[in-house]
Parts: sequence; C-alpha cells; structure tokens
Amino acid sequence: MITLDRVSKSYGRGRVVDSVSVSIPAGGLTCFVGPNGAGKSTLLSMIARLLPPDEGTIHLDDLDVCTAPGDEVARRLAILRQENHLSIRLTVGDLVDFGRYPHRRGRSRADRAPGAAADRLRVEAALDYLDLGALRHRYLDELSGGQRQRAFVAMVLAQDTEYVLLDEPLNNLDMAHSVAMMTLLRRAADELGRTVVLVVHDINFASAFADRIIALRDGRIVADGTPEEFMTVQTMREVFDLDMPIVQVDGRPLALYHAGRPWGAGQHLPTAGAVA
Amino acid sequence: MSAPPDLQTLPASAPTSTRGEAAPPAPAGVDRRARLVLVALALAVVAMSAAYLTLGVRGGWAYVLPRRATTVATLLLVATAVGIATVLFHTITDNHILTPSVMGLDSLYLLTQTVAVFAIGSAGVTQLPEVTQFVAALTLMTGLSYVLYRRLLLGLGHDLHLLVLVGIVLGVLMRSLTSFFTRVMDPTEFLVLQDRMFADFTGAPLPTLGMSALVCVPVLALLAREHRTLDVMALGRDTAIGLGVEHRRVLLRVLVQVVLLVAVATALVGPTMFFGLIAAHLAYRAVGTYRHRYTLPAAALVGSLVLIGGQTLLERVLRADTNLAIVVEFVGGLLFIALLLRRSTP
Repeated sequence: MITLDRVSKSYGRGRVVDSVSVSIPAGGLTCFVGPNGAGKSTLLSMIARLLPPDEGTIHLDDLDVCTAPGDEVARRLAILRQENHLSIRLTVGDLVDFGRYPHRRGRSRADRAPGAAADRLRVEAALDYLDLGALRHRYLDELSGGQRQRAFVAMVLAQDTEYVLLDEPLNNLDMAHSVAMMTLLRRAADELGRTVVLVVHDINFASAFADRIIALRDGRIVADGTPEEFMTVQTMREVFDLDMPIVQVDGRPLALYHAGRPWGAGQHLPTAGAVA
Repeated sequence: MSAPPDLQTLPASAPTSTRGEAAPPAPAGVDRRARLVLVALALAVVAMSAAYLTLGVRGGWAYVLPRRATTVATLLLVATAVGIATVLFHTITDNHILTPSVMGLDSLYLLTQTVAVFAIGSAGVTQLPEVTQFVAALTLMTGLSYVLYRRLLLGLGHDLHLLVLVGIVLGVLMRSLTSFFTRVMDPTEFLVLQDRMFADFTGAPLPTLGMSALVCVPVLALLAREHRTLDVMALGRDTAIGLGVEHRRVLLRVLVQVVLLVAVATALVGPTMFFGLIAAHLAYRAVGTYRHRYTLPAAALVGSLVLIGGQTLLERVLRADTNLAIVVEFVGGLLFIALLLRRSTP
C-alpha cells in the first residue's frame, strides 16, 4: 500500500502539488492522468523519493520513503522516469543487469558468486518479457527510441519489486508497441501481483487497461475512480476543459477527444462527475 | 512481444529463449579484453619507466638513478591522482568533457603562489621548506573547496551544474586577482613566479612525495571497494536513486575524493588543466567498457604512460629543454576542442 498524507511541493512560488492525500492499495494498475503541469510527474517522483516533499508524508507499507534506507526502498519499489539520458555506452544486457543491483549489494557480479544464477535468470526473464533477447548485445545508442524505452522497462522489471512506477512509459512507442506495453503491464499486475502505477497522457489507454484512474489538476486530485466512473463528459470538462463525446467500445468507454471543443471558464459544473 | 514467458515461473526452469543464445552473456568477452588491456598497459608503464631510468646514463649511477627514480615516482603519483580524479568527476557530473580543474583548484593554487611571492618576496618563498609549502597549498585548496562545495551541495540540492558554473566563475575571479597582483609586481619577482605557474614534473622532494602517497593511498583503497556503486552513479541521479544508491552521500564523498586527489597533484607539481582529459579519454577508448573497475586503473596507467613516455622522449630522444607540462597541456587542449566539436555535430 502506498499512502500519501497531505503531500505538497512547490517550485519557487508555484505550488505544483497541493496537499494530496491518497492511498494506492497493493495490486492492480493505477493511472495518473491530467493536463500538462498538473503535477503528475512531480507526484510520482516524490513517491519514488527522487524529490523530497515540502510537506506531508509518503509511506510504502510501513516504510517512510524519505527516511528509509535507499536500498531497502529499491527492493520494494522501482521507478522509470520519462527522460533516460545516459552519458555512458551500455548494451541492453548491461542495462537490464543493473536492475539486479539492489539485490546484489556487497556481492560480486561474477558467475560463481552465490545468487548469481538467480540474478541471471531474472535478467533473462525480463529480456524475454520485453522481447529483447535478440538485442541484448546491442548498444543502447544504436537502438530506436522505442527499443530503448523497452530496455529501460526491462531493467525496472528485473529489479523485481512489488511496486513499479512508470512516468509516461508510452513515450516514443508506436501504436503496436504502446498496446503491447500496456498489455505487458496489465499482465505484470494480474499474473505477477505487481502494483503498477503510471502516468499516461492518452486517457483511452488508461480507460482500456487501468483498474483505477486518478486525475490531477493544478496539483490537486479532481477525480478518482474506475474507468467507468471516470470517463464521463462531465469529468472530462472538469479535468481537461474539453467537451468531448464518450463512446462505448467492447464495454470500455473511450473519449473522442479529437472531436472535443474547448469548455471555457465560467462553465464549470459545480461538482465533479465521478468521485470514488 | 508475442507470448512473453511468465516472469515468475521462468526462474524455476532453464531459460527457454530461442532468441538469446543460452551461452554465458557477452560481458565475459568484454571483461577479458579489458583485463588484457590493463595487463598490457601495466607492462608498458614498467618498460617505459625502465627506459627512462636507464637510457643514456653517463657518470655515476649512484647519482643519476635516485634522481630519476624520484621523477618517475612523481610522474606515477600525479598521473594516478589526476587520471582517476578526472574519471570520477566525469561520473558524478554525468559529463565526459569536463575536467576537475573547472572547480577552480588550479586558479586557487596560482593565486596562493602569487600572493605568497607578492607578500614575502620570491626569496622568502624559495627559502620556505618544500614540505611547508606543500602542506600549506594542500590545506588551503582542500579546506577552501570543501567548505565552499559542501555548502553549495547541501544548499542547492542536486544541481551539480550550478556547482560547476560557480567553480568557473570563482576560477575567473581568482585568475583576475592573480593577474592584478602580477601587474603590480616587481618584474624579476614575476619571472620567479612564472616558473611556478606551469607544472614541473621533474622530481618533487622525497618528504612531499611520501605525504602525497599518504593522502592518495586511502582514497584509492576506498575506491577499490565501491567501484560498483560508481557504475550505478554513472547512470545518472534518478536511476541511481531508483536502484537504491544514497546519491547525495556518495556524491559528497566522491567530490571530497576528487578534491583531495587534484589538490595533491597540484601541490606536488603545479596546475594541470587538460592532462586528466587525455588520460581519461584514452582509458575509455582502451578498455572499451564503462565499468570503473577497469576505467579507473586504466586512467592511472595511461596517464603514467603519457607522462613517463613524454618525459623520456623530451629528455633522452629530443634532448629538448622544454617543460613537458606545456606539451601535454597543448595536446590536451587540442583534445578538448576536438571533443567539443564532435559533440556539436551529432
């Protein structure tokens, strides 16, 4: 269970995250959505202790992420950030192997070291899971953006943590790979019991794959519920200032935001459409 | 991504992948190559040192050999300190074209030398025991930079680039102060000072050499223990924290190590700007891997080879009276420009 209690963060004068309290129980796939600058990435970074909150506390089960030892958090929670620039030259296999670092502290990475066989199997499994077996000896700078993105996701999966946080994992992925990525994360939640939390921009991907959608706007949670509860014309206006039709396809609601019209100020409805 | 195998059941059985070969992963080959390179470099350093020690000895061996041995020891120490400090600095700044001298250590050294000559005169400075000069320079450089950079690091969170920028600005300030003092200085005094402004590699006195080693050895021993943490640091701050590295603590510790190593080298022979860049980049090329267990020793060995080889070439083959530092810095400067150009045309 990830528990946030009145968490706030400001950059200079701007309050990016404003007293957010929410808990995400173990298991399932949760998506954070919202317009640009709503504070989604900042919130995810704070949960993963990449940024300290100005106020409030964040707990991972019984651990306070801000004070707990870094390696203990790293064995329970993995984070993938949006930009992953590397100044060193690595192969895909090298990168995925780094995912085992938190489990290997003080232990050599030599083949005969205890636990090395298990580490290797985890790395193999993660490579296979993302269909990277054939690319494992290739250098990351020789790959396409999408392949590189998959390599980083493989590293995060090799870390073998209960909680997996991903900041816009669909960046750089084409349609087929986006669907494959979301399917994979769905499977990680269903079959492996991982708790997957991600930031996505395309609300239809959230609707089609998530168990729960949390919408942020101006640093506050403005909607929180299942896709069915969230995907309403009213909530879309509240969150995105867009008036858009919602259609049902195969029992899942999809928003036709391409056909949306701006929903101006002063037209806000008094209450959010979907509040869990 | 069709039918990916299950991540949880897989470890129980052997990897069933048909795509990735079942043979041990490639790093074995990379490791073997890197190890071979290290052995070859070590042999080359030994051979070059032997050549420097024994080529063209005229007159008494008892007189020549100790003098030359001191020079070799000085060169080895400086090359190791500067080479390793540069690789470490690259790792913590996530940038491969910087050199630790952007932190302004060498400018500080120049300023202290200038102020010393200005205040007590060149005669006074040269009369000071070498050890006193060394300890004073070392304490000043490490003390000041530790106070400054610690404060900056703790105050500014993780913005290392701002730190580097502050270092550059401070460096300019100190250089301006230095040039102010040299302008109002007596010309003959200035000549003495000028001699101290370029690194002089030919033999530091034994006590200072011993003290330098005393500072360097613990730093290197610590590095040998944490080279894997450094590998993770090279992935960048966020990824390193994600993998459980106490980034801030490690960053501060490595910064102290860099400052100590550079300060020792500077106090020992004088300022070097671009030499570290040569050592680090030749080392990266030679070992062909990012791993610090190979790049760190390689940088020390390559640096030693460059300095001892250069000194042998200048003294024995060309019989030139040129200062090696000037040649090395010239080549290093060219390398820096080449790196900048290559970067700007991706």
